[in-house]
Formats: sequence, C-alpha cells, structure tokens
Amino acid sequence: MPAIPPSPPTDIVPQPIRGGIDVSINGKHFRHTGDPAMPLLWYLRDILRLTGCKYGCDDRSCGACSVLVDGKLGRACGLAMRDLAGKQVTTIEGLAGTDGGLHPLQQAWIAEDAILCGYCQPGQIMAAADLLARQPNPGDADIDGIANLCRCGSYPRIRRAILRAAKTMRSGAQ
Amino acid sequence: MTLAHDAGRRRFLRVFGTATGALVVGLPALAWTPDELLGQDLVRLNAYVRIEPDGTTVIGARDPEVGQGIRTAEARIIAEELDADWARVVVAPLDLGVANSGGEPHWTYGHQMASGSTSVPAAWNDLRAVGATARELLVRAAASRWQVRPDSLRTARGMVIAADGRELAYGELAEAASKVKPAANPPQPKIASQYTLVGRDVGDADAADIVTGRQRFAIDEWLGDALVAVVVRCPYPGGKLAHLDDAAALHIKGVEKVMTVPAPDPARALGTQQLAAGVAVLATDTWAALQAAARLEIRWDRGARAAQDDQVLAGIAGTLLAGEPTKAVRSDGDFANAARHAPHRFEAEYRIATIAHAELEPPNALVKVDGQQALLVAPLQNPRAAFETLQRLTGLPPDRIRVELPRAGGGFGRFLETDYVAEAVMLAKAAGKPIKLTWTRADAFANDTYRPFSVHKLQACADRKRKPTGWTHRIASTSRLAGREPRERWWLSEMHPDDLPAGLVDNLQYGWYALDSALPRGSYRASSHGANAFATECFIDEVAYGLKQDALEFRLALLGEARKLAYRGHGGPVLDTGRLKWVLQLAADAIGWDKRHTHGHGFGLACHFTFGGYVAHAVELSMQGRQLVIHNVVCAADLGRVVNPLGARAALVGATLDAFSTALRQRITLKDDRVVQRGFRDYPLATMAQMPHDVQVVLVPSEENPTGAFDMGFPSAAPALANAIFAGTTVRVHQMPIWPELMRLL
Repeated sequence: MPAIPPSPPTDIVPQPIRGGIDVSINGKHFRHTGDPAMPLLWYLRDILRLTGCKYGCDDRSCGACSVLVDGKLGRACGLAMRDLAGKQVTTIEGLAGTDGGLHPLQQAWIAEDAILCGYCQPGQIMAAADLLARQPNPGDADIDGIANLCRCGSYPRIRRAILRAAKTMRSGAQ
Repeated sequence: MTLAHDAGRRRFLRVFGTATGALVVGLPALAWTPDELLGQDLVRLNAYVRIEPDGTTVIGARDPEVGQGIRTAEARIIAEELDADWARVVVAPLDLGVANSGGEPHWTYGHQMASGSTSVPAAWNDLRAVGATARELLVRAAASRWQVRPDSLRTARGMVIAADGRELAYGELAEAASKVKPAANPPQPKIASQYTLVGRDVGDADAADIVTGRQRFAIDEWLGDALVAVVVRCPYPGGKLAHLDDAAALHIKGVEKVMTVPAPDPARALGTQQLAAGVAVLATDTWAALQAAARLEIRWDRGARAAQDDQVLAGIAGTLLAGEPTKAVRSDGDFANAARHAPHRFEAEYRIATIAHAELEPPNALVKVDGQQALLVAPLQNPRAAFETLQRLTGLPPDRIRVELPRAGGGFGRFLETDYVAEAVMLAKAAGKPIKLTWTRADAFANDTYRPFSVHKLQACADRKRKPTGWTHRIASTSRLAGREPRERWWLSEMHPDDLPAGLVDNLQYGWYALDSALPRGSYRASSHGANAFATECFIDEVAYGLKQDALEFRLALLGEARKLAYRGHGGPVLDTGRLKWVLQLAADAIGWDKRHTHGHGFGLACHFTFGGYVAHAVELSMQGRQLVIHNVVCAADLGRVVNPLGARAALVGATLDAFSTALRQRITLKDDRVVQRGFRDYPLATMAQMPHDVQVVLVPSEENPTGAFDMGFPSAAPALANAIFAGTTVRVHQMPIWPELMRLL
C-alpha cells in the first residue's frame, strides 16, 4: 500500500471569512461581503439573480421591489444590506410553500387574472401578503392603504384578488 | 396608421416533422434550422404550432407582449382553428422573424409590433390559417389510419373523433400528420357558431410565471460576462459634453470603464439613435455602476435651442392660433357665414400638458455583439426598428442578428423607439463585451419621448332649433413627427380629418398649427386621440349645456341617423355612427343617466371612435371637501368580435384608470431648461386609494372583425371625467392635468 503523500508545502492558511453580512433569504443563508451600503434590491437581482423583485424606482415610491423583512413589508430599493444582518427576507420566489404549491394570494391573482403587463404584480402580491398578515379580514379601506403603483390600471382586479385570498386563508385557518 | 397585410404569406406556411415525431406548422425559415438544435427547447421555437407526441401543443406568439394580452389572444386564435386542448397548450414567445434576402432583411412572421391595437386584427387575418392547416393535417392522418373519409371526422379538445365515436389524440397523430402533404390552399376558417375558445374568457398565459416571479422581463436577463452600463445623459436637448472628470468614479470597486456616448446626429431621425449625449459607467453590478455614475464630474454645453415649458409654448400657441394654419386639415361649407347668422355661438380653449410614458420597466437592453453575430434582448414594441438599428450599427447580415421579444413591463409607446438599443449597441461594440444597459427611473423621466403638448381652440354655432350648424377645431401642437418626417407631414399624427363631428356638422373647419419644441416627442397610448377627444368631447358638453340640452340627447341627435361615414385614418375605411350611438346609450343606461338628478352626484359622458373601436364612458362622482370620489364608471365598447373578453375587459378597465391617472395629475415641467420630474414622487401615478373600485365594462356582441382593445378605452375616459366634474361642481376645467386647475378654480 503506498503511503498517503504529504500535503504540498503552502503558505496559505485557511481563514474564516471575516466581516460580511449574514442574511437569510427565502430560508437560505447568505453572506454578503460586498459594499454594506448596497441596497437589497441589487443584492437580490445582481448577486443572487432573484429577479422577481423588480426595479421600478430608487426612492421607495413604486413598490415593484416589495419584499418581507422578518414578516413585515419592506422596499428592497431602500434597504441597505448593512441593516439586514440576521434578518429573514422573503421575496416573491419564496412566497409559495416548500411543497411547490402556490400561496393563496398567487392562486387568487391567477383566478382574478390580475396581470396586465405583470411587472408590478410580484411587488403587489408581497404588499398584499403583508396586509393579510396584519389584517386577515381586510376591508376596502385596508386595501386602499397599499401604495404600490400599477401603471396599467389593474387595481380593481388586485382588490378582488386580495379579498378572494383573504377569504381562502380565513377558511383554511379555521 | 395602415399596415400592409402580407397577404402572400399564407402560401409559405410550411409543414414538416421532426426526429422526435412532432408536427410543426411554421415557416420556411425553419428549413435551415436543424431539428437536433431545436429539440425540446421551447424558447428557441421558430414556428407557430408544434404538436409533440405527448400532446403538448406549443403555440408561438409573434407580437410583443406589453400588457395588452396579445400573446394569449393570438394563441387562442390559433388554438381555436386547431381545436386544441387549451389545457395542453404552451404559449411561447417568438423571436423577431427575419431571413437574409440578399443582404436585406426579409420579415418571415408578418406582423410583429405592438402599436395602434393592430396585432389582433392582423392575427385574425392570417393566423387562423395556421391553426386550420394543422388541424386539417391531423384529420387527414386520422382518416388514413382509420381508412375513412376525412369529412366523416370531427375534432374537439385536441382529438380527432370518428363518426362511430373512436378517438385519436393529436399527439398520437403528430408524426403521421407531419408526413401529409398540405393542400394548395389553406382550409376555410371556422364559422362563428363553431367557436369554443374565441369569445370565451381565459386568463393571461403567463399568469403563473408572473405571480411566482419566474417571468423574465428583458431587465431580468443577463449574459455571463456582461457588464452593467448606467449612462448619465445630457439633460439639455441637443447639448454635448464640455468637461468630464471620472477619477472618483473609477475608484469604485467593480467599475471597469467609463465611456462617452456621442451627441445625436441632427441628420438622423429621432428614435433611431441615442436621444442625448452621455457618459457611461460600465461595472460588474448595477449598484457599483450607480455609485460611480453619481461620482462623475460632468459639465454640459447646452444645445442651440433651449427646451420650453408648456407655459411658454401656450403663449406661442396663442399667437399662432390667431393666424393661418400650417395645414388646413378639413374645410366643409362656410363656418364664418354660418356663425355670422347663428343665434347661438360658443368658444373654448383647451390645453393638454406634455406628459411622460412612465412605463414601469424602464428602458433597458442586453446586447452582445462580436464580428460574427449580434443578440438583443430588450423591451420592444417595434422589433423591426430595433433590428434596423442593430444592423446599421454592426453591419452584420440579417441572419446573424437575433432579436428576442421578452414580455415588457408596459410600453405605452416608449418602446417604439430604439434610442436605448442604439446606446447599448454602441457601448457593446466599443467595450468588446456584452452590455446590460439599465436606465434609472430618473433617466426615464429626463430623457423620454414625451407626449406632445397641445392647445385646442374650438368654436361652434347653432341655429334656432338648437341644432349645431358650425364647428371649428384648431390645434397647435408639438407634433411627434417633427425630427422624423418632413414638415409637411407633421400634422398627420396630430389631427384626423374624419374625426367627429366631421360629417355631422355642415360648416366645419379643422386646422393644425406647428408648434416647435426642443423636447423629443413620441407616440403615446391612443396617439393624439387622447388629447383631441378630450377637447372635442368636453366642448360638446359645453355646447349642450349652453343650448340647455341634455348631454346624452344632444350627442345622440348630433350623431343622427345610423350611417357609415368615410374614415380615412387608421381604423377606417368607415365610421359607423350607429355603433357609436349604441355604446353611448349603453354607457348612459348602465350608469343610470335618467336618474342622475336624484343623487346629488355629477354625471358625465363621452364617446370616441379610436382605431376602429367604438367606446363610450360614463362617470358618476362627487366632491367631498377637496377630495374627488369616483362612485361609478362605465365603459361600453364595441370592438367587433372579441377574442378574449377577460383580456379585453382588463385592457378597457386599465385604459380607463390610466386615462384618469394621466388626466388628473400628470405633467412634465421644465426649470432651468431641463425636465424637473425625476420619479413618482413628483410625477404621481394614481394609487389604488385614488381610483374607483371597479369599472363596469359593457362589451357589445359583434360579428364584425376584431379591432384589438388596448388603445380604445383611453380617449373617452378623461373627457367623461371632466364632464362629470362640471356636472358635480359647475367648474369647467379646460386643462389636462385636471386636478391642479380644479383646485385653483374651486
């Protein structure tokens, strides 16, 4: 039996990665070692290539990049990575169940055909998820509190989809 | 706009099989695409219909999807004639179809454009034959297997069914059908009573991908070694770079290059080249590029002509409108004489602000160019124009240029231009690497091809019986054709000689006045119908009020007997006054026009003929303090046969809300010669809370050919709103945007 050859000589000593920001995205752990000021939007889109979070503006005004941070609504364009250490981020890609089944909101969006161009809809769904977490039985005034913009005018169908999903989720919870 | 229909193309439908046993009905371009390469790769699909042995039916949709629902509608048209099982249908976007014809592009798929609601009419013309041809081949394959006559067989839900009840699924027949020689002439399309898909509701084919975030827009695409490009553009029209210091920018980690984009060539048409001079940062990710762009030290030289605010343009328009028109668009009878003797005379002026497209997906383009080939992935409404820009800038032969057509996040006319494509191609060539160009929101507002500004002067007179006998409409506008076409053609995009009330009033004059502006202008949803219908339909309301006539009765009387008037523009050749009266009546009935005095609310009506579609809006609203509450909205539409009513209703509701949002608050202003608006905070799109909870859509059943739906719901919505505001407040707003003016007048 030949002996196991010795390791080649090297000066490289493995080191644990120092610094970096640990963040959980859709249940998976990531460490961001780039610019701590990078907005979550670009981390998701450019680094992780999770492109369901859309770029629509840079000042949190349109909501196309809506995500949940520790279960609460956030606008990824206005969230710096440095503020997300240890946080749990959920994007549209992580909304469906782990079994692959669609979330009641996603089902409701399809049932009501709340689409048009579709660009704002992932953000709209995330904003609705935030609303239903706070208010499982929303009225029109609650829905009016969603400030995500839709350039195409799908608001009536979004409204119906939220009401439909809320009903489904309430009956499922009982 | 009239688009020549490629009538000869039917002859070129081509049928063949594949190594995997699929039936393909497509185009000769496929003949030189080896099947091994196509395989099951649906993204590279190059045919309209492909039936796999397992029954999967892939339907290629050729027109760009920008939220108008065209891919779903197109697939439904083909699936209807094919008698496909919709549950087995996969709708796949086609690339731009182009072949090399002696160095010149030959467009192989016919209509591939999102403009003027033309896609559904074009598909109705020539795509039914695709489905019918495929169906016939499957029937003949089954007939031959069963040894029966083809005409003894029928088809339904993806199966051929024999008279004795035997069934064969399309998948089982696909291979045999691919060997059947198609007849010289395509089979006749179905008659309407046979439809099982056309005319029935279906959701958007991409819905499941959109709600899960899987749907890839152009901005979501990337190539391995692509560099992100962010461009700082000159904010002054025609300006150029005077000074650049990029030292600080180059220090940002991830930044690879800083390059300049030259000023546009004044000799080249607007829209075919970059809109402005610029400085581009190329970086490994968007954040690095954005930070570096913010650290560029740049001074610009202003252009020869300063951009002017609407306020200044309005002053110039006032002087112009007192003189002779640039183009006498229409002249019937003798208005001056009619007015001289008329007991009732009216006059009003309307002003329509410059606005931006504000499409939610900003301009962007992914471009890869080398000496051999080029690839473009971008939101495009006019892929051929993008192709031509690519070809001009690369010099590559047509069959070496690939243009993909991903779903676009809106468009509204912005993506008819190819300025952002030109930018990305120039940068990719110079950098020697693929370029992923991304415009910021501020970029999109600062360098748009804005909707033209216009001032409308209207006059009318009526006789003793309160019947209108004279009408003039004079428009001064910053034509969107300026910078693109010779001056004598500029009026064509701005005023339509056969728009109503032409043909309804004996003494009528239309005139157009050229208003110069340095700001680039472009096509916008429904083109100038948006502005012109506002002026016309509000003024009709003013005249009716002045004559103490009911706004509905007055309009119905003005439209007169149901008859067909000649209409030379896009949507012609005729305008049927009966169809317009009918949608007006339907809208009035649905809103409860007869009971309008019992609510204490304001009711308003308007109607318009747009691109072949007839639409009327009715609005019920009230002012509660300084808050506008829209209680009810009806949109009644006759769009000919409707392929997908669920999609058409989405388009009509969307257009109505878009029109309200635009009409109420949107405007582009200038300060210090540059556009002020930088985002949605100073260019407020309507939110859910500001919009009505629903729009009741009434679709008129029709056997007429389909017209499409995207533009039609836009023009009459804003004047119906303004007319309802007048009814509810007695304040007549003569401007868009309405809101600031209403607040001033209240």
